[in-house]
Amino acid sequence: MARLLVTPATGALPVTAGGMTLSLTDPGCITSLAPWRGAGMALSKALRAAHGVDFPDPGRISTSGTTRCLWAGRDQAFLVGPAPDSAALADHAALTDQSDAWAVMRLDGPGARDVLARLTPLDLRAQVFEPGHTARTLLGQMNAVLSRDAANGYEIMVFRSMTATALHELTEAMKSVTAQGGADPSPG
Amino acid sequence: MRITCPLCGARDRREFHYMGDAVYLDRPDPVAPAVAWDDYLHLRDNPAGETRDLWFHEAGCGAWLVVTRNTVSHDVLSVALADGIRGGAG
Amino acid sequence: MRIVGRGRVDRTITVPFTFDGRRFWGHEGDTLASALMANGVRMVGRSFKYHRPRGIFSAGSEEPSALVTIGHGTARTPNVRAPMQELYEGLSARSQNAWPSLSRDLLALNDLLAPFLGAGFYYKTFMWPRAFWERVYEPAIRRAAGPGALSGQADAARYDKAFAHCDVLVIGGGPSGLMAALVAGRAGSDVILAEEDRKFGGRLLAETEEVDGQPGPDWAAGVVAELTALPNVRLMPRTTVTGAYDQGTYAALERVGLHLAAPHPDAPLETFWRIVARRTVLAAGALERAIAFPDNDRPGIMQAGAVRAYLHRWGVAAGRNVTVFTNNDSGHRTARDLRAAGVDVAGVVDARPDAPDSADYPVFAAGHVVGTSGRHGLREIRVRHAGGQRQLATDCLAVSGGWNPSVHLACHMNARPVWHEGIAGFVAPDGAVPGMAAAGAARGLFSTAGCLADGAEAARAALADLGVTVTSVEVPRAEDGAYDIAPLWHVPGKGRAWLDYQNDVTVKDVEMAAHQNFASAEHMKRYTTQGMAPDQGKTSNVAALAVLAEATGRTIPQTGTTTYRPPYTPVSIAAMGAGGRGKGFAPERFTPSHAACVRRDAPMVEAGLWYRPSYFPLNGETSWRDSCDREVRMVRERVGICDVSTLGKIDVQGPDATAFLDLVYANTISTLRVGRVRYGIMLREDGHVMDDGTCARLGPHHYLVTTTTAAAGPVMRHMEFVHQCLAPRLDVRFIPVTEQWAQFAIAGPRSRDLLNALLDTSIDGQDFPFMACGAVGLMGVAGRLFRISFSGEHGYELAVPARFGAALFRQLLCLAEPFGGGPYGMEALNVLRIEKGFLTHAELDGRTTAFDLGLGRMVSPGKDCIGKAAARRPGLCGASREQLVGLKPVAPEGRLTPGAHLFAEGAQAVRVNDQGHVTSACHSPTLGHEIALAFLKDGRARHGRRMRSVDHLLGVETLCEVCDPVFFDPEGARARG
Repeated sequence: MARLLVTPATGALPVTAGGMTLSLTDPGCITSLAPWRGAGMALSKALRAAHGVDFPDPGRISTSGTTRCLWAGRDQAFLVGPAPDSAALADHAALTDQSDAWAVMRLDGPGARDVLARLTPLDLRAQVFEPGHTARTLLGQMNAVLSRDAANGYEIMVFRSMTATALHELTEAMKSVTAQGGADPSPG
Repeated sequence: MRITCPLCGARDRREFHYMGDAVYLDRPDPVAPAVAWDDYLHLRDNPAGETRDLWFHEAGCGAWLVVTRNTVSHDVLSVALADGIRGGAG
Repeated sequence: MRIVGRGRVDRTITVPFTFDGRRFWGHEGDTLASALMANGVRMVGRSFKYHRPRGIFSAGSEEPSALVTIGHGTARTPNVRAPMQELYEGLSARSQNAWPSLSRDLLALNDLLAPFLGAGFYYKTFMWPRAFWERVYEPAIRRAAGPGALSGQADAARYDKAFAHCDVLVIGGGPSGLMAALVAGRAGSDVILAEEDRKFGGRLLAETEEVDGQPGPDWAAGVVAELTALPNVRLMPRTTVTGAYDQGTYAALERVGLHLAAPHPDAPLETFWRIVARRTVLAAGALERAIAFPDNDRPGIMQAGAVRAYLHRWGVAAGRNVTVFTNNDSGHRTARDLRAAGVDVAGVVDARPDAPDSADYPVFAAGHVVGTSGRHGLREIRVRHAGGQRQLATDCLAVSGGWNPSVHLACHMNARPVWHEGIAGFVAPDGAVPGMAAAGAARGLFSTAGCLADGAEAARAALADLGVTVTSVEVPRAEDGAYDIAPLWHVPGKGRAWLDYQNDVTVKDVEMAAHQNFASAEHMKRYTTQGMAPDQGKTSNVAALAVLAEATGRTIPQTGTTTYRPPYTPVSIAAMGAGGRGKGFAPERFTPSHAACVRRDAPMVEAGLWYRPSYFPLNGETSWRDSCDREVRMVRERVGICDVSTLGKIDVQGPDATAFLDLVYANTISTLRVGRVRYGIMLREDGHVMDDGTCARLGPHHYLVTTTTAAAGPVMRHMEFVHQCLAPRLDVRFIPVTEQWAQFAIAGPRSRDLLNALLDTSIDGQDFPFMACGAVGLMGVAGRLFRISFSGEHGYELAVPARFGAALFRQLLCLAEPFGGGPYGMEALNVLRIEKGFLTHAELDGRTTAFDLGLGRMVSPGKDCIGKAAARRPGLCGASREQLVGLKPVAPEGRLTPGAHLFAEGAQAVRVNDQGHVTSACHSPTLGHEIALAFLKDGRARHGRRMRSVDHLLGVETLCEVCDPVFFDPEGARARG
C-alpha cells in the first residue's frame, strides 16, 4: 500500500559557523501533559511509573535515559521521546499530541550563548540558565521553548511553520558572532 | 520594563501582553443592571500611583497575572497568578 | 602639530585618510579629530544656523562643533563627531553645512543677518501666509540650516541587537569605574564594564597623573588585564550606555565596525544592547564646560581638558602659542603641561582675583577674555584683567568653566539633579534610578584618589545590597588635589557670546527668552532651542541655566534643569531596528503545501504571518480573474483542494470542557453530539463579535475549536483569560494544535468520490452526513475528517499530522485530476464564500454584533456567555444598526468595490447621508455579475430596495439592489447533499 511520506520541518541543515553547529534533531514523540485540577501529584507518580520521569518544576527538565519531561508552561509539560502511556496518564491529565507542531533544533559550540543572546531576552548566564533548565520565551519575534542540556548546547523548539525564519535568524546571528571573533569569554 | 512572573521569574516586558485594569476579574452577574456592566466594561480610574493590571505571559508560560505597580515611580510592587486570586470563584 | 615623545599613538604605523578630498596622514590610535589637529586643520565645519567657522572643541562624545560626514554612497554617515571617529586607512571625511566649500561658504551671509535671526525669529517671521510654511519657508530654512544629510539610499550595512545580563553594570571605565569593576569582579559577581572610548582609563589617558606609582594609562592597562582574565567580567569598550529604563534595564550602543577600514561583511557596524543589571555604578565622569564670551566660537577655542587630552594621549599640540581662560585650578594644569611639552603659553586668564601665580607664564588675575579675532581660526584674544586691558596673539584658547558631573543616566527616570555649591555644578540625585549609584566624578569628586576610593566603595555597597560582603578594599595611591572654582558663566559685554555651539544659541538669546517671559527652563529651551541639537547641550546647558537664572533674578537651583531623556548620545535608527529588515521584519509562516504551491507558480500572498496561494495559473490564462473564475467553477462543478492549515485549532479537554465552551461561545455547545461539528461565534465581553469558527466534539470531554487565521492568537489568549481570570474552578485544559495538523479542504460535488479513493474505509452520506466529524485512516496515517464547508459545496476538511501534509497535498491533487479537479487559492476561496454570504474579518471587523450579522438567534437565551449581557444593550441591536445584506448591481456590468459607501438613490453622496458600506465584493462566475456583502442601516428590512454604492477613492458609482447576503443555494442543499 502506498504510504504518505514524511516531510521534516527543516531547511538546509546543519549550518556550521565558527565551531558552532545548528542541527535538526528528531526528538521522537512530543506529548503535552496538562494535569487535571488537583491531579499534579498523581500525574507525577503515574509518569514516574510509566516513563521514569517526574512532572517537572517550572523551568526544569526531568530526564530518564532518552525520555525527558520539559516544563512547558502553566500546568503543562511536554513528554519528549516515547509514545505516551495514555492508559496510565489520561486519568490524570489532558494528553495532546504535539509531535508535529514543533521544529526541534540544536545549537552547539562555543558562542552558542552569544548567538542566542542576539535573539532572546532570556537571562542565559551559565549559572542562571543551567543545564537541565528550560524556558518558554522569545526567539526573535517567535515563541520558543529553549532548553540547555550541555555547557555549550541548547535545544530550540519553534513552531513548525516558522522553521525557515528560525533558521534564518539563528544563521545570521551565528555569522555575526563568528565574524566578531567568536564566543565572548565572559559569562555576562 | 521587567515583570517577575511567579512561575518563570523576571522576564522582559516584550514577553507579556497588557490587557488593562484588574477590575476585569470582577465580572458582574449576568443579570446585573446595565450600570454595573457599564462600570465593568468602560469606567476606569487613571491614577497617578498604584494600579492593578492584568498582564498575560503570552510568550512565556501562558499565565494571566495581576501586576500591582506604581505609574509614577514605575515600581512593580507585586505579581500574582490571576487564577490564584480568583481561585475561590468561578 | 605632533609633539615629539608625547602621546600614545603608534607612530610606526601611518594611516592615510582624506578630509574634503585632501589627503592627510595620521597614526594608529588617532581619532579623526586628533589626526586633523596634528595636520594643522583647524576649521572643520560650519555652524548650524549662522554658518560660522567651527573647529574641534572637545575630545569626546560631547563634541558640539566638529561634525563631519564619513563615507560615500550607501555607507555615508552624517553628523559623526570627529573625536569619536577612530582613524582607519582610507577614511574619507567631509565637512558639513558649507557650500560651495568650507572656506567660501555662501550661506555665511546668514551671520551678517544675525541681528534678525535670534531666538524666536522663525516663530515670529514665518507666520504669514499660513500655507507658505510647508511649501516655501520650511524647505528654504532646511536647506540653509541643518547638519549633514543622509545618502537617501538603503543602508547596506548590518546592525545587531543583543541582550546581556549581569549583577553589576559599571558605566564608564575611568578610575572610578575601573575600581568598581575590579572590586565587584574580584568578589565573583557578574560584571559588565561599558566604556564609551576604545580604551579604558578615562581621564587617566588624558592626564599625566600616576596611580600606584605607575603612569595612569599603565595602571589602567594593568587593571584591564586583570579584568580580562576574570571569567565573570565582560569588558565592553566602544560602548555608550545611552539610557536607563525600568527594573534595571539599560540601553547601550556598541560601535563594532565603525573604526574599521573594511568591516567584516557578516559583522555589524553597531550593536544595540539591552543590558539588565541588578545594580549599577554610574561612573560616567564629568564634562568640562565652556565660558561664554564674545566671539568664543572660533576654531582654536576649545576645552582646556581637551587640549591636555590631545597632548597626552595623541601627542598633538592644539596650538603653537596657547592661552588659557579659566575660573578653576584645572586650567592651570593645561598651561603647565603644555609648557612641559615645550609649547608656548602666552598666558593664563584666570577669572578669580586670587588666581595662583606662575613663574612659567603670565597669569592675568581677575581676568576675562572680552573678544577674539581670526576669520577662519583664532589669531588674537582681548583680555581685561586686574591690571588693565591687553591683546594676546594666540592660535588656541583653552577654556575651562569648570566640570559638570555626567548625571544624565541618573536622571532618565524623571529625576532632577541636585545642585552642589562646592563644585558649582549639578550632581546625580541618590536613588533616582533604582539600583543605580553614582561614583567618582559623576558624583562631584574630582580628584583621582577620591574617584578610585569612591568607585571601590560604590561597588562594595552594590555588592552588599546583593548579599556579597567585601571586607577590605585596597585603594591605590593617587593625586588628591583640591578643586577650587569661582563660577563664571559668561563675560558681560557686547558681541555674541555662544552657549550652544551646535544650535547657535547665544547668551543674548537666553536673555531674550527671559525678557519675553519664557522664564522656566523648559520654555527657554524650546524658545531658544538651547540643548536641542544632537549633543543635547552637554557642554552648554548648565551655563545657559545660569544665564537664565541671572536674567530672572533666581539662583540656579531655583531655576532648575530641563528633563533628561534618553538617549545620552545619538543612536542610529538602523541600530535600534537591527534585524528588522527583509526577512527579519516578521516571521514567515509556511503551510505544508507551500513548496508545492510555489512550484505551481501560485503567487503567494500574506495572510497575517502566513503565506497562502492567491491562485494557481494554468497555461493560457492571462489574468488572475481567469484562474479564479476557473477555480470557482471547478469547486462548484467538480472538486477543489485548498490548504486550510492556517486556521487556528485549539484542542479542548476536561470534565468541564463543555461548560467552559458554553461560556465562551455565544451559542450552545452542550447540545452538540459526539462526532458532530457546530458553527459557533464568540463575543467579546462588550457584546461585539470577536471571531467565528467551528467546534467539533471529538469525545464526551474532548473538543476541537477552530478560529479564523488572524484570530488564532487572540482567541487563545481570550480563552485563557476566561478560564484563569473568570472561571478558574472549571476543570478544562486547552492547547493550540494549529501547527500539529495539516488540514485541507476538499470541496465540490466529487469530494466524497475523491475521499473514497483515499481513505482506508470509505464513507457515505449516512455515516458521514453534513457537519459530521471523526477519525479516519489513510495510507497508514491516522487523520481526522470534518464534513464542513466554507464554499457551500459538499465538502470536507481532512487533517493529518503536519509531517504528512506535503505528501497528502500531492496525493490529493493526483486524485483530484481524474475528476477534473485541482487546487484553488485565496481568490477563489473568497468568491465561493461571498456567493454563500459566509463571513470573514472583513465583516467581523470588531464593530459588528451578532444582531448586525443576522446571527442574533445564535446567542442562546438559555445560558450565560461572554458578551451576552453587553450585547443586549440598547444601541447594539435594532433598526438603527447597519445590518449585513447582499448587493447586486442593477445593470449586469455594474461594479461593486469593497470600501464603497451606500446612499439612497436621490441623496447626495456625502457623509451625513451615509447609509452603510461594502465590506466584500467580487465577480461571481456562478451568477455572471458582481456581488457584494455590505452593512446597511436597517438592511434586513430593505431587501429589494435600490441603493447607490459610491466609491469616492476609485470614482466608481453603481446603482444596486439590496438582497439577502446568501446569493447562491440559499437552502444549503448542495452542502448537505
